[in-house]
Amino acid sequence: MGTSLSKLTEKPNIWPWLLLSPLGIYMLIFFVVPLADVAIMSFTEPRPTLANYTKVLTGALYQRVFLNTFLTAAFVTACCLLVGYPLAYLMAHSKPRTAMLILLLVTMSFWTSFLVRTYSWMVLLGNNGPLIAFLQMIGIESPPQLLFTRFSSTLAMIHILAPYMIMNIYSVMKKIDPALIRSAESLGAKGFSLFRHVYLPLTAPGIANGSVLVFVICLGFYVTPVLLGSPREQMIAGLIGHQIEEFLAFGLGSAMAMVLLAVTLVILTIYHRRFGLDKLWG
Amino acid sequence: MTSYLQLSSITKTYGHFTALSDVNLSVEKGEFVTFLGPSGSGKTTTLMIIAGFEKATSGLVQVGGQSITQLAPHERNIGIVFQNYALFPHKTAVENVYFPLQMRGVSRSQGLKKAEDMLSLVGLKGFGHRHPKELSGGQQQRVALARALVFEPSLLLLDEPLGALDKNLREQMQIEIKRIQRSLGVTTIFVTHDQSEAMSMSDRIVVFEKGRIEQAAAPLDIYHRPQTSFVAAFIGESNLIPATVTNASARIAENPVLDSFDYAGTEVLSDGQPVTLLIRPEHIKLSRSPIEGRKNVRMTVETIVNYGDNALVIGRAGDLTMRVRVLGADVVIIKEGEECCISWTPDSVFVITK
Ligand SMILES: Nc1ncnc2c1ncn2[C@@H]1O[C@H](COP(=O)(O)OP(=O)(O)O)[C@@H](O)[C@H]1O
Ligand SMILES: [Mg+2]
Repeated sequence: MGTSLSKLTEKPNIWPWLLLSPLGIYMLIFFVVPLADVAIMSFTEPRPTLANYTKVLTGALYQRVFLNTFLTAAFVTACCLLVGYPLAYLMAHSKPRTAMLILLLVTMSFWTSFLVRTYSWMVLLGNNGPLIAFLQMIGIESPPQLLFTRFSSTLAMIHILAPYMIMNIYSVMKKIDPALIRSAESLGAKGFSLFRHVYLPLTAPGIANGSVLVFVICLGFYVTPVLLGSPREQMIAGLIGHQIEEFLAFGLGSAMAMVLLAVTLVILTIYHRRFGLDKLWG
Repeated sequence: MTSYLQLSSITKTYGHFTALSDVNLSVEKGEFVTFLGPSGSGKTTTLMIIAGFEKATSGLVQVGGQSITQLAPHERNIGIVFQNYALFPHKTAVENVYFPLQMRGVSRSQGLKKAEDMLSLVGLKGFGHRHPKELSGGQQQRVALARALVFEPSLLLLDEPLGALDKNLREQMQIEIKRIQRSLGVTTIFVTHDQSEAMSMSDRIVVFEKGRIEQAAAPLDIYHRPQTSFVAAFIGESNLIPATVTNASARIAENPVLDSFDYAGTEVLSDGQPVTLLIRPEHIKLSRSPIEGRKNVRMTVETIVNYGDNALVIGRAGDLTMRVRVLGADVVIIKEGEECCISWTPDSVFVITK
């Protein structure tokens, strides 16, 4: 038994690799090669220098956009957590019927294309939309501009990303052994101290997962901020698109993309050291 | 004087299903009581009602003469050890043990010191800084015990705490738990479905079956004087023989296979009353020919189960299956398929009326 097992592991088995090869080739052609191209362009376009990086890392505009992107991502993550944690709690611990209903709402919005959800927000917040109409109806003469502001893009991003947070926290909450809570109660814990000393630490992995996922997705968010946000307060992905589409500045756009990629990888590495990347998807 | 823990007419129903019916029990201060019974018999439900996690449909739970029925679990001051230990994975061993003290507002330095002392008492000196996943099953068990005891609870409840441990560790922990319980004098209820565990540890055994208490008595009483045939069959090996009393004043009963024979005891029975007679396998003697002065029955040997130092000989006498315990050395005289003689004296025949 022992020997046959070790034989099996000693002999390299090519079958799994053979089965993986179509996917591998696909990824090579459509992901690795273009990415490498972007990396090369960032150093060579329009001339082979480090000028693109110097510009991206020192230029006031780029610094501001990077900062804005990080602050927005942090803010969106925090809001998703604030909204998502109580919702996940309700989903995990209320009566089956209520839990089903919330789960349905969350997954439905999760399954709806985010482009559709982005356009829905345009309709809702637009100048001819129901919210403005409502504000006018209750007597506000000149209601504030809602659409194409930082407010509208942030709101939509929270809405789009909250399900990632909720599902991550929910899956952790669902797995908490009820005996742990009972045992905490029997030891004298109740209310807030039970939450702070037992429940919250037990759900911390879910919070970490959800936050990293939301934060990283938000860093590279393109469509929603571009369609709903203020043109004066761009996020990095929007700026990259702008550089390439409007100015055909492939090198500069690529350099920004590489910096964004590097930052994302750094965050994921830190997360991996602390929690393990394999846990990120639940 | 009333007893320390008192359960009065506890009933628990889930919809139409009755999980507990009319459970009455008194436990004295410092007593070690074991709930023994098959799976699903209501042991955990009773424990959870005492702890406050389940509400009894009706009935009263009192500790020290005070009703605790209205108290929430965190107000009851009862230590519980769960089967899977339920240690907090994010806290170290000593922080786990400190937790109940922390909840009671004990300062960190004082509480951690007390927690360390408790860990020493359960034999885990120097393991305080480890997280639960860095401890073996037996060590986790000890941490759970220390945590349930450190705040000087009025009761200690253990729900099948040794179920997950292997046999050797189990026996070691049985002795350990008993030692700690004695040294602290804490009133303890221990749940198990393992009868030998119940026998070796308890001051008193409470036998549960189908949501009722069948019998509550000292281990040897339960073994030698079971009140119901369920208890007789559940505890140890037994021969249960249906019989009819033919002469109550002379204490003689009759079974179609065994004819009439004498039984022991002091219960007042009446002629014609159906009873069950219990003879423990170790009270039956196996021989080639009948022995003078004993009730002798012929038996055909069917199976011999060898345990090394002893063996269980199972055979048929008419339509009765009889079990006989013989010492290992004696078993060589008999082979499967042979006919032999089994015999006993009247004082090893115990009569059960329920
Ligand atoms: N929440 C519940 N709903 C319905 N039935 C239950 C519930 N809890 C326990 N029971 C039933 O009550 C009976 C007693 O259970 P339990 O006290 O856990 O038994 P034991 O601990 O002796 O194995 C079992 O038949 C079980 O199925
Ligand atoms: Mg149980």
